[in-house]
Amino acid sequence: MSDFDFSVILENWGFLAQGLRYTVQVTLTAMLGGILIGTVLALMRLSSIAPLQWFAAGYVNIFRSVPLVQVILAFYLILPMVLQMITGQQMPIGAANSAYFTFTVFEAAYYSEIMRSGIQSVPRGQVAAGYAMGFTYGQTMRLVVLPQAFRNMLPVLLTQTIILFQDVSLVYAIGATDFFGAADKITQRDLRPVEMYTTVAVVYFVICFALSRLVKLLQSRIAIIR
Amino acid sequence: MDYHWDWLFFFRETDDGLKYYDWVLSGLGWTTLVSLASLAVALALGSALGVMRTTPKRWFVAIGDAYVDVFRNIPLIVQLFMWFFVVPELVPDRIGMWMKQDLPYVVIAVVGLGLYTAARIAEQVKAGINSLSRGQRDAGLALGLTEWQTYRHVRLPMAYRIVLPAMTSEAMNIFKNSAVTYAVGILELYFQYKQIIEKTSQVLEITIVVTLAYFALAFLMNRLLAFIERRTRVPGLIVGSKGGDVA
Repeated sequence: MSDFDFSVILENWGFLAQGLRYTVQVTLTAMLGGILIGTVLALMRLSSIAPLQWFAAGYVNIFRSVPLVQVILAFYLILPMVLQMITGQQMPIGAANSAYFTFTVFEAAYYSEIMRSGIQSVPRGQVAAGYAMGFTYGQTMRLVVLPQAFRNMLPVLLTQTIILFQDVSLVYAIGATDFFGAADKITQRDLRPVEMYTTVAVVYFVICFALSRLVKLLQSRIAIIR
Repeated sequence: MDYHWDWLFFFRETDDGLKYYDWVLSGLGWTTLVSLASLAVALALGSALGVMRTTPKRWFVAIGDAYVDVFRNIPLIVQLFMWFFVVPELVPDRIGMWMKQDLPYVVIAVVGLGLYTAARIAEQVKAGINSLSRGQRDAGLALGLTEWQTYRHVRLPMAYRIVLPAMTSEAMNIFKNSAVTYAVGILELYFQYKQIIEKTSQVLEITIVVTLAYFALAFLMNRLLAFIERRTRVPGLIVGSKGGDVA
């Protein structure tokens, strides 16, 4: 057994914190963007217009059947090609930036399934009542259905966000410096894998465990009010 | 777009004398192997943990709960790195050396992915057992079965059938999660994907092929479990489902 030297953590804390900040930023961006796009996808999937249904179903099924690491790498490589096609000039966007886009688009598929079951959990009478009040489709969704769907699904949306927070570690595939990536880079240099990876595991555990307990608490709160 | 499509590159020779499609096939083989082996580990351990969490023994419940909390709140890639780079340093030297030198990578990867997935299986098994009415256990005990026998003959056969749809999606997920094992040196499909891109730059063709391959694996697993679900359905007790969504 080797002796431990946790000073390596203190010395590199700034770099690790930067990585953690990047992880949080990607998580929040992908959560907000993903829920937004996901809600639109869910509405498309439940609409009566067939091509919209097909598009949404195809989108969700494709992204849900591919490994996230593969999507991260594919988008990192394909996105600059597409941008070049549109703008006509070289557009190197970099690993760190492409991850924002990838996670938003990828997570939208998962959030969309959650929002879909949320919308389906709202009784049909609510929609009918909205139309009876003279609301348009948009108004019925925005003012009647979506607020309830969102509320019902809030714990599930947050649980998915905790998974997303953990999944950001997969940007390892394209060498971006998230929390885990930062730890890995320091390990390559200082060769203290035990201290580094253990710290990363503990920090992830503390954050995710605390968040999941909060979600549980929220769930019981919501259940009482309803 | 001035992308140069070239589907025939799959039949060109690689550095090691094989064809590129051989790389894809060998990756597919490793992905299947790692996934199925991990699934077996996860089912065995997850079932044991799930059962433990429903017993009246407080210690069992605490161990089961702690396991699930730990393994669900640490990212898979970090867990794999722990198994590869941290655990061999923490165990006694002799075992550590053996893990690093003699134990095949794929075994550690399978154990890592299996233990990760076991936490999810444990959640489902527990949910399945808890969804049964208390009377099932009481009836079993009244018939003279031991606590364990009520699990073996009464509760588990029902619980598994109830959670089969949820298990189906977990079994499909394991193929996707197995891609992460590339990071610890398993030459599975994603590793080959990455390698082929580096060698040929035919990003789009290989992305399409690998995506379809993962899709096919998940689809086959889905059909297999839907078949099992149909064959094991208890008439009149469980409302028939279609075996989960495709993909």
